[in-house]
Amino acid sequence: MDATFFLNVTSGGLLTGLVYGLMALGLSVIFGVMRVVNFAHGDMMVVAMYAAFLLFTKLGIEPVPALPLVAGGLFVFGYLLQRFLINRFLGVTEHIQFLLLLSIAMIITNGLLMVFGPDARNIQLDASFESYSIGPLVLDKVRVIAAITAGGVAALLWAFFRYTTTGTAIRACADNPVGARVVGLDVEKLYAVTFGIGAACVGAAGCLLLLLMDVHPHLSSDYTLLGFIIVILGGLGSLGGALLGGILVGLSEALSGVLIAPSLKSMFSFGLLILVLLLRPHGILGKKP
Amino acid sequence: MSALLSDRRAVLLLGLLAVLVVAPLGAGDYLLSILITILLQAYLGMAWNVMMGFAGQFSLGHALYVGLGAYAGGALFVHFGTPPLIGAMAGMLVSAVAGTIIGALGFRFKVMGVYFALLTIAFAEFVRVLFDHWGWVGASSGLFLPVSNRATDDIWMLRGSATMFYYVILGMAALGFAFSRSLLRRRIGYYWQAIREDQEAADALGIDVFRLKMIAVVISASMTSLGGLFIAFYNNNLYPESIFSMHRSIELMLGTIIGGIGTLFGPILGAVVLTALGEILTIAGNAIGIDGIKQIAYGVCLMAILILKPGGLWPWLRQRFGLEGGAR
Repeated sequence: MDATFFLNVTSGGLLTGLVYGLMALGLSVIFGVMRVVNFAHGDMMVVAMYAAFLLFTKLGIEPVPALPLVAGGLFVFGYLLQRFLINRFLGVTEHIQFLLLLSIAMIITNGLLMVFGPDARNIQLDASFESYSIGPLVLDKVRVIAAITAGGVAALLWAFFRYTTTGTAIRACADNPVGARVVGLDVEKLYAVTFGIGAACVGAAGCLLLLLMDVHPHLSSDYTLLGFIIVILGGLGSLGGALLGGILVGLSEALSGVLIAPSLKSMFSFGLLILVLLLRPHGILGKKP
Repeated sequence: MSALLSDRRAVLLLGLLAVLVVAPLGAGDYLLSILITILLQAYLGMAWNVMMGFAGQFSLGHALYVGLGAYAGGALFVHFGTPPLIGAMAGMLVSAVAGTIIGALGFRFKVMGVYFALLTIAFAEFVRVLFDHWGWVGASSGLFLPVSNRATDDIWMLRGSATMFYYVILGMAALGFAFSRSLLRRRIGYYWQAIREDQEAADALGIDVFRLKMIAVVISASMTSLGGLFIAFYNNNLYPESIFSMHRSIELMLGTIIGGIGTLFGPILGAVVLTALGEILTIAGNAIGIDGIKQIAYGVCLMAILILKPGGLWPWLRQRFGLEGGAR
């Protein structure tokens, strides 16, 4: 195997990894603030992919311009879900929370199956067949676009948490919910906004992933697990960690796919997850609890 | 005897057992297959309950032990004609070893709660991919047990009619119930509950928390592997994709959580409710003519139970009908 081929696979994995990272960012935000483990994350991702698919096939809107629409739609969905359902389950034990999100996931996946059927769908843009070449390096155009957009959305999110009043208030809730309530913050509403933001991240990631991959309803649990692997690698609750984790998983998938066997690639991800859970449970960039 | 029968729960239990023992006489093939599904689900729920309900350790990867039990019994039978009873011992041993590894790593490295649950999923998925590539057990194309003449029942080789399988799983469920009950009433059961409620306090009282949690994992894993063996011989086919899947882990714990976690009747009640719900929704779905509606309605019902009775149905029923008394 020559170096150029290797370089191309690596860079492809890296770019895809950024999109994975954006998806995991949503999971990380939701867990970091509410301590809720979103087992419906992959399902929300697949919803977003189908939304982008419909917008393209029915209205001719390409996934990147469709991104604000889909992300906005998922924000509303996430906001309402947290506001009217999950907020009632915040104090209860984790297995009940887990089942609640699982039942949501079940409803979403089977709803999608009913509407779209089990077949894989994809879209083809003009850009799908173009590529950039820099010296020996050949990069798919859509992959570059997806990765840059993912990075941009992540940067926006970072700025939101850093510089806006709402973002600061959400961070306050994450650090100390009781204290946040004492100083007069509407914690329930901020939680709803947070879940909305987490959902919007998945929405954006779903649009971008549709540029790179097929979509079918049964992908959802794979994406949920993938999201967990990524955030735990990077550190639950850490924004930079989620992106780093995404890139690592993207790289390991791409490399194990060509070096060993494509069907073994998930074993590497799970092996990595076991190692990180045991040796560094707070993740690579996460803070020690 | 009178002390036993004065307990209304004992009457309920003996009545239930009597009905189940004579059930195959009146039940057709369809009803029998549903009863087998219920008993299998109840048995697996009891096994999971030992680890989560009694000792408070959240496992989301119990499909691992189902799969190991199924493959140990199935592969030995296919390759060497080993009787299932020997295969069961092999499966229990392998599952106990797997449980020991996961438990020892998880508990020693202080992986707790959600993180522990994810660790169990990771191991189950890891092993699933491994079996997908292991040629000796058929890899991803599956392992098939030879289907022999079903006119005669051979209990030693577990080859025979649905009625035979029904009595086998009924026996397993009854033994599982009796075993769970005796565990809960022994010193170890009280230790487990102390750990479940407050691990640090239990530790401070001098309970060997690590050892007791390990025992819970090993017992739960071995019990679960027997359920796997039953699945292998009842279905006659095994695919890593389905036997080790996360869906199986979820299905396995669903009944117990719905029925009432940590209780003895919870897994049974949960299995009955969920299986009945599934069947009713299938029939209703067919009547309406929309396939996917079943799973959606299932999700909605699940959500409704969680919102209305988050502690499970059995604790609520028990209170309603005055079945309280003693230890659960």
